[in-house]
Amino acid sequence: MSFVESLRCRECGRSYPVSALNACEFCFGPLEVFYNYEAMQEVVSRSRIESGPQTIWRYSDLLPTSASPNLDLGTGFTPLLRADHLAAELGLRKLYLKDDTRNPTGSFKDRVVSVALSKARELGLKVAACPSTGNLANSVAAHAARSGMEAYIFVPANLEHNKIAMSAIFGGHLIAVDGNYDQVNRLCAELAMLHDDWAFVNVNVRPYYAEGSKTLAFEVAEQLGWQLPDHVVVPIASGSQLTKIHKGFNELTKLGLVSEKDVRISGAQALGCSPVAEAFLSGADYIKPVKPDTVAKSLAIGNPADGWYALQTIRKTGGSAAAVSDDELLEGITLLAKTEGVFAETAGGVTVASLIKLVNSGAVKSDETVVIYITGNGLKTIEALGDRVGPTDTISPRVDAFEELLHH
Amino acid sequence: MATTVRIPTQLRSLTGGNSEVAVEGGTVKEVIDNLEKNYPGIGERLLDESGSLRRFVNVYLVDEDIRFLDGLNTSLNPGQSLSIVPAVAGG
Repeated sequence: MSFVESLRCRECGRSYPVSALNACEFCFGPLEVFYNYEAMQEVVSRSRIESGPQTIWRYSDLLPTSASPNLDLGTGFTPLLRADHLAAELGLRKLYLKDDTRNPTGSFKDRVVSVALSKARELGLKVAACPSTGNLANSVAAHAARSGMEAYIFVPANLEHNKIAMSAIFGGHLIAVDGNYDQVNRLCAELAMLHDDWAFVNVNVRPYYAEGSKTLAFEVAEQLGWQLPDHVVVPIASGSQLTKIHKGFNELTKLGLVSEKDVRISGAQALGCSPVAEAFLSGADYIKPVKPDTVAKSLAIGNPADGWYALQTIRKTGGSAAAVSDDELLEGITLLAKTEGVFAETAGGVTVASLIKLVNSGAVKSDETVVIYITGNGLKTIEALGDRVGPTDTISPRVDAFEELLHH
Repeated sequence: MATTVRIPTQLRSLTGGNSEVAVEGGTVKEVIDNLEKNYPGIGERLLDESGSLRRFVNVYLVDEDIRFLDGLNTSLNPGQSLSIVPAVAGG
């Protein structure tokens, strides 16, 4: 059942009915799902959650859908892996990876899309659409296919080949746009006004979509034995995921499912697109948009919709932010793979490399329980690795050829 | 010379339902001032108390976000259009 009461403007507090609406009619502020927490608290419990499915839908009481059944490709409840080798490398005592490379289409986007399109069906919307840097495109395409919705997916034309292929395979309309992500995003913001009976998952149904990221907080807490970590490091693209992880931790506390703790939340960006890290490090009270230039295309949003809230969340929780070069992030991918056996896409490399910077600057402390969010699978961004990956040796098919190699 | 301004859904109740209107102005600021004259109430929806563009409003001169140009002081050439687009999208 759903405990949603209304949508509310995060800026001016005006209320709106539950519908496909993302911005306040008055001030254009983002609308957010508002719940009846008292009613929710009477129903929700650790054991009720624990007896639920091994997917995000175990937390359905805390999500904004009431569709039955919800759209489910098996998303969520991904492993929380203890990362002792990487921790030793960095001088940390307790480090965990939230391994979201394992979702159905290989990224955390399956969480937000499951929620967005379940809600879309509930609202009677028949067409799924989105602007995407790739991971979202993959996920919307797959979930639209699964639910029998028509799909219109808009991506920058220069996307990684695998992300194009993995969007196209599911059979919707895949529209490559000559422009960067911010331009694709603006196009879709305008198209969403023209086609207001479509579900643009991250435009007109964005309030519900964004709620899906709370499950990244719920799962970590549950997997730590219903405890909150001390510090989490989260990659920032639009900033929505970071703010919703914060909301997720707060809700667990509010509902009495965990004991109160102020989780520090730090952000990770690529230097070639770091408007939030930049604002944090310079002490600015606004986000200055940038033109992205980085191999971390999944984080390449120069004008992040929730950048301002991500910045505030980082400051409020005593977190920090880091920005890393393309070389550093590619090293980050390699280090994570070599130390922990997890192959992350470029965004994961940004997170690992940022963690290194945050440890070195003292922002992440060695005695903290730290969780880093690895939000996408490395198979999606193979081409970013270039000649960093290849055979270590090439030999002829003879025993002595190998033995010679081994002994030299 | 009038500039064509594309109006988002949220503001169309003030423009008689029109998704495009034409107003005079040599800069973005002048265009917004003239929008307010022609369609009273629209100014406060776009600008905050200090007269700055609201955080969640994007204004584009043709294809470029005016935050990359001179902001509200960006000057307009004849024939260029402005688009007002809600910023809460994407990611």
